Amino acid sequence: MLNGKIRAMTVSKERKSLIITGLVVGLSAFVLVLLGNPGNMGFCIACFLRDAAGSLGLHSAANVQYMRPEILGLVLGAFVISLLKGEFRPRSGSAPFIRFLLGVGVSIGALVFLGCPLRMVLRLGAGDMNALFGLVGFVAGIGLGCIALSKGFSLGPAKPAGTVEGAGLSILSVILLVILAGAPFLLRFSTEGPGSMRAPVVASLAFGLLVGAAAQRSRMCFAGGFRDLFLIRDTTLITGFIAVFLTSLIANLIGGTFKFGFEGQSVAHTSWLWNTLGMVVVGFGSVLLGGCPLRQLILAGEGNSDSAVTVLGLVVGGAMAHNFNLASSTAGPTTGGKAATIIILVLMALLAVFTCYIARIKEEKEEANA
Amino acid sequence: MLDTSGYSCPEPVLMTKKALKDRPKDFVVIVDNVASRENVTRYAEAIGYTVTTKAEGAKWTLTLTR
Repeated sequence: MLNGKIRAMTVSKERKSLIITGLVVGLSAFVLVLLGNPGNMGFCIACFLRDAAGSLGLHSAANVQYMRPEILGLVLGAFVISLLKGEFRPRSGSAPFIRFLLGVGVSIGALVFLGCPLRMVLRLGAGDMNALFGLVGFVAGIGLGCIALSKGFSLGPAKPAGTVEGAGLSILSVILLVILAGAPFLLRFSTEGPGSMRAPVVASLAFGLLVGAAAQRSRMCFAGGFRDLFLIRDTTLITGFIAVFLTSLIANLIGGTFKFGFEGQSVAHTSWLWNTLGMVVVGFGSVLLGGCPLRQLILAGEGNSDSAVTVLGLVVGGAMAHNFNLASSTAGPTTGGKAATIIILVLMALLAVFTCYIARIKEEKEEANA
Repeated sequence: MLDTSGYSCPEPVLMTKKALKDRPKDFVVIVDNVASRENVTRYAEAIGYTVTTKAEGAKWTLTLTR
């Protein structure tokens, strides 16, 4: 009896935290668009890391270059709150190279769709039905990842690491923030296109910090919601996904920015097949990585330097997507983008199959020895 | 006993799920991060275990009984 009571209480506490985070994320994103961010792009981890890559000169697509303070805020918000709550845990060493490559792949998939899972939800909430195909692909990709996990896929354990290693991406974020504020001439800034559309730096940073802290507390993850539902029939994490969607939907309806349909949506294309397949890559890769791009930023802030390496992979993937003309535009996907999507999917599948195969052989050997 | 140290979500909960397949009367799981502590606790409670948590340094020992 008492157990039941305690259980109900803890569950509701975690759900409450996710609902609050959903409100914070949805409202912050809505306000950031009002303040100048591109449409339905209050937050987009893949797009913003791509913009950051451009700002650092890693690609030369002139319309998507800006050191987005939201990203720096997300990392630092998670860093500060995890320090305050005693949850800052430096760790590293769980297949960083493979994580880097998976980060590259996830970024390219997201830029074929034109958004990370978070932006997909924001697009859905604003009536962009192209994102519905993205959602179908995302769920399918998560399904693939779950099959891999249930067959024994693992990137192996991490080990405790030094404080500087764990704080690495947070320190880098502070440095970039200082450059952005004090020496912006070192960075590139778009004068037209999505990169030129930006909320004031202070607002972007403040909302980034707020969302970063909330996401750290609630463990919000867009891939984790479906994953837990599929693997352990747990609906806790998906609460956050639904909360962001509903908040975004209501805010857009009240604010008059809700626009139902496929055509003429902000920073989106209407190719249903590549919207779907791009997000299959993102879903699959996110499950193999243990979390969506937002979650990787938060984990990096908490001291997980494998996630920091993943973030670097997302940055490099964003740069590659533009250097090799893989990223879609409002006109639709590119031939290179289509080819890359298929190749990445095949490589992810090979990685999963091979890793599971090795794990099974190891297990059989251990059983034979026992 | 299951030591999930070093593994991050969702692996600790999947390892726990596998270990609890035959529903032992009691079982001990060690986790080293908060997200996994919450996940494993939630899963164990959902399938009818009572979980007591003990913090030891940077790790937690979760004792599952039913």
